[in-house]
Amino acid sequence: MIKQPKAVALVSGGLDSMLAVKVIQEQGIHVEGINFFTGFCVEGHTHAIRKKDSAKPKRNNALWVAEQLGMKLHIVDVIEEYKDVLLNPKHGYGANLNPCLDCKKFMVHKAVEWIEKNGFDFIITGEVMGQRPMSQRKDTMPIVAQESGADDLLLRPLCAKLLPETKPEREGWVKRENLYNFSGRSRKPQMALAEKFGFDDYAQPAGGCCFLTDASYSAKLTDLWRARGDRNYEMDDVMLLKVGRHIRPRDNFKLIIGREEGENNFLSGYKKRFINMHITSHRGPLLLVDGRPDHPDLELAAQILARYSQGRDESEVSVEVTDLEGNVTNMVVKPMPADSILKKWHV
Amino acid sequence: MARMTTHNLDARNLLCPMPVIKAQDAVAKLSSGDVLEVTCTDPGAAHDIPAWCRVHGHSVKEIKQGSNELVVIIEVGETDG
Repeated sequence: MIKQPKAVALVSGGLDSMLAVKVIQEQGIHVEGINFFTGFCVEGHTHAIRKKDSAKPKRNNALWVAEQLGMKLHIVDVIEEYKDVLLNPKHGYGANLNPCLDCKKFMVHKAVEWIEKNGFDFIITGEVMGQRPMSQRKDTMPIVAQESGADDLLLRPLCAKLLPETKPEREGWVKRENLYNFSGRSRKPQMALAEKFGFDDYAQPAGGCCFLTDASYSAKLTDLWRARGDRNYEMDDVMLLKVGRHIRPRDNFKLIIGREEGENNFLSGYKKRFINMHITSHRGPLLLVDGRPDHPDLELAAQILARYSQGRDESEVSVEVTDLEGNVTNMVVKPMPADSILKKWHV
Repeated sequence: MARMTTHNLDARNLLCPMPVIKAQDAVAKLSSGDVLEVTCTDPGAAHDIPAWCRVHGHSVKEIKQGSNELVVIIEVGETDG
């Protein structure tokens, strides 16, 4: 009996990887998905934090895609290993802090390790030539195959006809004529294929799955590294940069202020690790202070916090401050006028 | 006959997809018929853990919804090992 070949697919939860899997399944290949969690993925938890997003479905798109395709999905925590990818990208960054080429290389390399361990035959991705400015170009796609160690075990079903033949094609596991030649940034060929397969509900495609491609997020991460004088980071840093209003009035401290109830609830989980403040005389948000503020700095922080409370137009509001040892003190401050909170303070 | 055992997993204060990943890693060490009770604080786990179970052939026996946390009770299906 001829053994059924097995492929593992890099699944982001977007349309392209969904199509790539379906194309290969249609050729009688057993496909399972793998999804890497770097900490910077937009998926899931960010919706859970913000209450205003609660109307949106909280589904994990990679799992949803797997379910639609009837395949297993393995989610892998790569938070620690990913630090080196982000901090030392051999091929540099894209427009923001996105190390897309090194990231793809890293993920394909992890998939190589996975297929070796699990007895699978090859790897597929939903890449489309020319779609992403860094990692999906004619000249960079072979670099990913080579430097990841995947070589000809890496098949991109949506643009395979534009690339050299891979082992799965050569061995006759998949028919090259049934693969595609998609290129460029137009989504029309993918949408037509989605229609052919009867996919009518899929996540917004490609590019939006990683916070590192976001200019505002990258600016916050750059600010954090500069202020600390050290580019290392922990998962909590990554999370906190996604939440709240970030204001740095002085180099030695930054304020993180919840923008709504969901964010305040999330930030309250960090109260023991940061000096924190809340307004006692009016309704208002929670504030965490990151850094080493002195007493005048804390007064400034309280004035800024008061600005974002319902007491913003009052002559004074009461603020409760809890330090890192849990000692509680109270301050009465005048809310800072809106135009005194300088634009350049907003990170 | 192997006896079914019940295991507990504390996935509190973790945001999705981490509770799913922890549940996945715990299930990998269990046998068919075993039960895993996963305690979570992220409400997203109530959607994601059952979705993960469906694609892997495990069943969710019950989701106990508390005020601040929830417990997802998984019965392990056929395992690959």
